Amino acid sequence: MDKRVANADAAIEKLFDGATILVGGFGACGNPENLIAAVLRKGTKNLTTVSNNAGMVEFGLGLLLKSRQIRKMICSYPGENKFAEQQVLNHEIEIELNPQGTLVERMRAGGAGIPAFYTPTGVGTVIAEGKEVREFNGQKYLLEPCLRGDFAFIKAWKGDRWGNLVFRKTARNFNPVMATAADYVIAEVEELVELGSLDPDSIHTPGIFVNAIFQGAKYEKPIEKRIVRKRA
Amino acid sequence: MAEPKMAQAENIKEKIARRVAQEMRDGFYANLGVGTPTLVANYIPAGMEVVLEAENGMLGIGPSPFEGEEDPDLINAGKETVTELPGSSYFSSADSFGMIRGGHVDLTVLGAMEVDEKGNLANWTVPGKKLMGMGGAMDLVAGAKRVIIAMEHTNKDGRPKIRKTCTLPLTGLEVVDMIVTELAVIEVTPKGLVLREVAPGVTPEAVQKVTEAKLRVAEDLKTISI
Repeated sequence: MDKRVANADAAIEKLFDGATILVGGFGACGNPENLIAAVLRKGTKNLTTVSNNAGMVEFGLGLLLKSRQIRKMICSYPGENKFAEQQVLNHEIEIELNPQGTLVERMRAGGAGIPAFYTPTGVGTVIAEGKEVREFNGQKYLLEPCLRGDFAFIKAWKGDRWGNLVFRKTARNFNPVMATAADYVIAEVEELVELGSLDPDSIHTPGIFVNAIFQGAKYEKPIEKRIVRKRA
Repeated sequence: MAEPKMAQAENIKEKIARRVAQEMRDGFYANLGVGTPTLVANYIPAGMEVVLEAENGMLGIGPSPFEGEEDPDLINAGKETVTELPGSSYFSSADSFGMIRGGHVDLTVLGAMEVDEKGNLANWTVPGKKLMGMGGAMDLVAGAKRVIIAMEHTNKDGRPKIRKTCTLPLTGLEVVDMIVTELAVIEVTPKGLVLREVAPGVTPEAVQKVTEAKLRVAEDLKTISI
C-alpha cells in the first residue's frame, strides 16, 4: 500500500466543479497551503468550502475568494478578510455561519456515522431558526445535522506512505476531525517519513482515514498576530 | 489629546481585568476571550495555578514569546503567538469543544455589546455592519460552568450596555453569571441584577444612572478593592 502522490496538483486530479471541500486550519495555522495553491492553478469553480475562517487577503482560502472560485462558505469566524466581506455583503457568495463547536461536531459526527445530534449551543439565537428543539432533563437542545465533504484538505507535520499523520502544537485544530469526514482525504505534510518511523502510540490520525499524501513543496506559514515580549 | 484618552482606556481595561482575576481559584481551567478578558491572565494571584484554555486546541497557554521565538504553529484563539508551559497539552477542535460544551471549563470571561437583566448576552454581531461570526462564543456560554462578562459599563456614545432586554442578536439565553465593569460588579440572579460592588467614589445611584436594567443594591454592598 502506497498513498503517496507526486505533488499537490496530482493530489487534486479528481477535484470537480461544485465540490464541497473541508479545509483544515485555524486562521493561517495548520493550513493546507500547497493544496489551496493547486486549486487556484486548476481553476475549479463553484466550490463550497468548510473551514473555520475565510483566510487572509493574500493567503489560504482568501486566494480562492479573490479568484472567485468559491460559491459558498461554511465557517464560524469569517471576519478580517475584505474579499469575504465584500462578496458576502454584495450577495455574490453564500455564507452559512455555524458556532465553532457545532461546526466541528457536525464533522466529527459525519466521520463517525452519526447523522445528527442535539447540542445546547445556540438555543434561543438565530442559529436555532428552523431547527428542531428538544428538551432533555429540563434543558433545551438543538438538532444539528452531520456535515461531510467530497474532499478534505489536511495539513499535518509528519506522515508516512500509509497516511498515518502527526500534527504539531495548535496546528492540529480542525485537521484530524476533517480527515474523518470526507469521501477523498488528501494530506499534505512538512515531512514524509519512512513507514515505521512514527511512534504508533503518538499517531494522531491513523492512515485508514487518508487517501493520498504528499510532502508540501514549501511552507509560508504566516503569523497573523505577532505578539512578543521584550527580554528582561 | 488622543494619547491621554488612550491611556485612560487602557487603565479602565486594566481595572476591569484586575477585578475579574479575583474570581480565579487555584486549580481552575479557564477560557479568556479576546480583548480585556485576555488581560485577566496578567493578574492571576501569585502562587495560584490556573490553566488557560484556547479553543483552537490547547491547555496551558503561556506568556507571549520572546522576539525571534515566535512559532506559527503555536497561537491562541485570537490568532496571537503564545508559548507553552510545563504541563501544557494540545488536542483537536472536537476535543476542545467537547471540554467546553461538556462542562469541564470552570470559567469563561468574555466581552459583550449588551447584557440584559435575565443574563441574556449579545456579543457577536451588529446586523448589516461588518461580516462577523460567532466563533466559539455560543459554545462557551452554553457549556462553561460560570460566565463572567468583562466590559466597559457604557458604549462609545455613553449609552448603557446593561439593558432591560438585549436588542442585538443573542449569543446565548440566560447564560451570564456576573458582569464586571470599571464602575461595578453585578450579579445575575433569578430575581434580576444585584449590585454587589461599586468602584471607589462611585455611588449606587451613579451606577443605576448609566444602567438601563433595574439594579437591586446588595445589603452588604462593597467597594471594589484591586
